[in-house]
Amino acid sequence: MTVNTARHGLLWHLRIALLETRFQFLSSLRLPAFAVPTLLFPLFFYFFFAVLFQAGGPSLTGPTYMLATYGVFGVLAPSIFGFGVGLAQERDTGALLLKRTTPMPTAAYLFARVGTAAIFGAVVVLALFLLAGFAAGVELHRGQWFSLAGVVLAAALPFSAVGLAIGAWAKQQAAVAVVNLVFIAMSVLSGLWFPISMLPGFLQDFANVFPAYHLGQLALRTIDLDLGRPLWFHLALLAGQTGVCLAVAAAGFRRFSGR
Amino acid sequence: MALPSASDSALARLAGVSHRYGDVLALDRLDLEVREGEVLAVLGPNGAGKTTAVSLLLGTLTLQTGAARVFGSAPDAAEVRLRRGAMLQVSGVPETLTVGEHLALFRAYYPAPLPTARLLEMAGLQELRDRRFGKLSGGQKQRVMFALALAGDPELVFLDEPTAGLDLDGRRRLWDEIRGLKAAGRTAVLTTHYLEEADALADRIAVIHRGRLIAEGSPQEIKSRTAGRVVRCVTTITAETARSFPEAAGAETKGQHLEIVTAEPEAVLRRMFALDPELGDLTVAGVGLEEAFLALTGDGARPEGEA
Repeated sequence: MTVNTARHGLLWHLRIALLETRFQFLSSLRLPAFAVPTLLFPLFFYFFFAVLFQAGGPSLTGPTYMLATYGVFGVLAPSIFGFGVGLAQERDTGALLLKRTTPMPTAAYLFARVGTAAIFGAVVVLALFLLAGFAAGVELHRGQWFSLAGVVLAAALPFSAVGLAIGAWAKQQAAVAVVNLVFIAMSVLSGLWFPISMLPGFLQDFANVFPAYHLGQLALRTIDLDLGRPLWFHLALLAGQTGVCLAVAAAGFRRFSGR
Repeated sequence: MALPSASDSALARLAGVSHRYGDVLALDRLDLEVREGEVLAVLGPNGAGKTTAVSLLLGTLTLQTGAARVFGSAPDAAEVRLRRGAMLQVSGVPETLTVGEHLALFRAYYPAPLPTARLLEMAGLQELRDRRFGKLSGGQKQRVMFALALAGDPELVFLDEPTAGLDLDGRRRLWDEIRGLKAAGRTAVLTTHYLEEADALADRIAVIHRGRLIAEGSPQEIKSRTAGRVVRCVTTITAETARSFPEAAGAETKGQHLEIVTAEPEAVLRRMFALDPELGDLTVAGVGLEEAFLALTGDGARPEGEA
């Protein structure tokens, strides 16, 4: 029997990647412990802080600012939980090992996880935009809406790398704890819950180690509310941090396959 | 072409493979061959190295020493994955997807998958297509994993302890399904520590103990290569005389009967009829695979501290 290499072409990869994404998304959506907090927390926080406490206030800066940071927050949750906890779980149950015996390309699996995080993120961002536009009175240029959405959705990639690094090392139970810790600590210390300027100076400096800080600043940059650091500064640190996370993840996978 | 030569009927092969986990030697210069069209049972007690051997043939474990080839290629080569299916010992799939969804995904990996209806039928899952994996019983989950292993219509299937944890009924059902595989001309490698399972399903048994191949052959050969047969009859021949037969491994009197253990019952019977043409109540029984297995792994197999 000869093996037709054509089926390993781009279309074959794309088809599997899309199917993996579809089933990954369905599987996550049916998991209330994942879907409910992921979809509702950012909306709830935004409604609480930006609509209830700020509506009718003297300035629309607050709701506009928080639209950017809670948007990033909304993508952080599905990325870091999907990869961190989901991957650890699939490794513990043996699902990952089974897939490694099949022709499924690893890239399709990674694509599906990032894609699922981006879909969840897109739903959150859309709902946040509607809430901001209709309930909080936020007004942006059309270009700003789009560039903000673009930055926020692109955050799925570096955040997935963080989740991948955790999921590659931690067992399922430990992964839940580690991911929660990283998720909350990084959100608060990166200024996603409240403006970074409210933190003491040394913590503002420390925030540079978190990808969420740089993504928050990049999102705020689209609406001119960032702290004014140059674009390359954030992009360079973000690239470096993502690289470190991927290297940590790769080392974790090597450890498990050599077991 | 990197195809195996025509004279080589081995679909998969381990040659001189040793594998260590830290200080523990899991495989010790193991040679194992899987021939086309056969059901090979890799039999051994827990910790014998069966799963390590299978993992090396699946490419999920990195080879340390020796050679592993499947279809003449490296075990994790892309073309190998297309022609091979696997059911792993510790394995599950996401619980929130249905049986039908899992099958749809796995079928998509392969160029010529088996039809969904056929897979459901082969694994006895017709009624469970829309049930979520997490809602299935242990036996039903095993059957789903079996169906996933067959999704790509593989030429070679690895089944690592497929009936572990199943009740008797579940085990019998899976046995029927594995027999169906063989009838369909597939090659299968089955690991088990159930002796009757190897006997019931396999064309050939490879007995592994402490990482080494200690016996190999048909279930019949495995049985006869050990304690052989028990000849039992009422006779005037004494146990002492019987022990002097060169073919007798042992003899003793049990009540009215004389019992002789031998690998060559025909020769023993000729001698006995020559000495006592009137002997009666004759039976010749094979030793069970259980006893054969114990005899094979006998020396050193008992845990330390046991007499």
